[in-house]
Amino acid sequence: MIEVSNLHKDFGLKQVLRGVDLKINTGESLTIIGQSGCGKSVLLKHLVGLLEPDKGTVFVDGEAITGAPRKQVYQIRKKFGVLFQSAALFDSMTVEENVGLGLFEHTAMTPGERAKRVADCLEMVSLNGTQKLKPAELSGGMKKRVGLARAIALNPQYILYDEPTTGLDPITADSINDLIIHLNEELHVTTIVVTHDMVSAFKISDRIVMLHLGTVIFSGTPSETKSTSVEMVRRFIEGEAEDKSVVTHY
Amino acid sequence: MGRVIRESGAVVSRRHLFFRECVRLGIDSLPLVLIVGAFTGAVSGWQGHYQLEGYLPFDLIGPATFKAIVLELGPVLTALIIAGRVSASIAAELGSMKVTEQIDALESMAISSTRYLAVPRIAAMTFMMPILVAQANFVALMGAAFVLTMILNLTSTQFWGLIPNFFYIYDVFSGLLKAFFFGLSSSMIGCYIGFRTTGGAEGVGAATITAFVWSCLAILILDFLLAMMLF
Repeated sequence: MIEVSNLHKDFGLKQVLRGVDLKINTGESLTIIGQSGCGKSVLLKHLVGLLEPDKGTVFVDGEAITGAPRKQVYQIRKKFGVLFQSAALFDSMTVEENVGLGLFEHTAMTPGERAKRVADCLEMVSLNGTQKLKPAELSGGMKKRVGLARAIALNPQYILYDEPTTGLDPITADSINDLIIHLNEELHVTTIVVTHDMVSAFKISDRIVMLHLGTVIFSGTPSETKSTSVEMVRRFIEGEAEDKSVVTHY
Repeated sequence: MGRVIRESGAVVSRRHLFFRECVRLGIDSLPLVLIVGAFTGAVSGWQGHYQLEGYLPFDLIGPATFKAIVLELGPVLTALIIAGRVSASIAAELGSMKVTEQIDALESMAISSTRYLAVPRIAAMTFMMPILVAQANFVALMGAAFVLTMILNLTSTQFWGLIPNFFYIYDVFSGLLKAFFFGLSSSMIGCYIGFRTTGGAEGVGAATITAFVWSCLAILILDFLLAMMLF
């Protein structure tokens, strides 16, 4: 279980997180929605200890990752797999090296065992056979899939997805959604997705939370989200701007 | 700096990365270093000839050129050229990794970016710089000999004759020690600036320039400080 308690983070004068409280249960598929720049990705980076909060704590299975010594942070991070918004594949490495890097660094696998595990992970994302390709040779959707294969290579307990469908066509985006559901069921992991793609959020989530002005303003199942009376959530789902005059002004 | 020292054991445990960087940052710089060395020596010989002509016997031109190359010109000019090539490229590479979240990806996989990216580059550059400077010194000396004997018509004895009398191993060692610190400082600056890059392509461009400028300044300042300490 991940527990976020009273998390605050400022970047200069900009207050991004202003007291986020959130519990993510084991095995759950949680989606964090919110407007661009509301701090979704910042919150995600705090979960894995990539950012240190100004105030507040993140507990992973009861262990505080915030303020922990680096060695302990690295131990906790081994429980996570992260798919970044841009996939963040290492340009200088092949697909096989990208997916196998964690295995090389953290396990005593032989090269043969590593190659087998990489092939298995790529098979799970339907990309077996691309081992020798470089990231520059892959399409956007393929990059996300390789990023996902890399995220699952070490059998994580938690998989974090930062905008997994952003920049993809609707059909590829839907295939990524299916993949997220499939991995969640097959690997029995806790899934945390940050997105503003509501089609994706409704399809993959057990629970949806909304972040607005640095705090969680809503938490509910997809059906509760669809029928909520919370104005900000309703407007977000329907894609309504706050001030219509802004639209006519342009 | 502290983290680099604490994680310096990675040079042994991840020696494949260290050797890869030795080739990429060091051996691949060799053609450039040799060209710089040859022309540095050639200019030193020519200038030496011009300055000594009519004042001092040409027999002193060999030792004077040798000392100038080994103590100052070889290490400093090589380091400045390498700062342009290597420090800037380290900053650009790491900066680009930073803005595309590759460094975050590495960290999220519980792999220390300092250990994996910075330590091999810093160790490789610190190790390779004295080797590059030694080769530059040798080629520079040959360049000076070529200009003085083939173009300015001095005899080989005039150039080489007195060099053994003025040869002190301490001079050579001092020049290589300077090179060691130049390699260390320029690669550390490249890594430091690369890791702190923000702001997309523009940020990467700015990081590249900053790394080059700061590396050059560090080399010149260190050169002065080391000269005070060593001589």
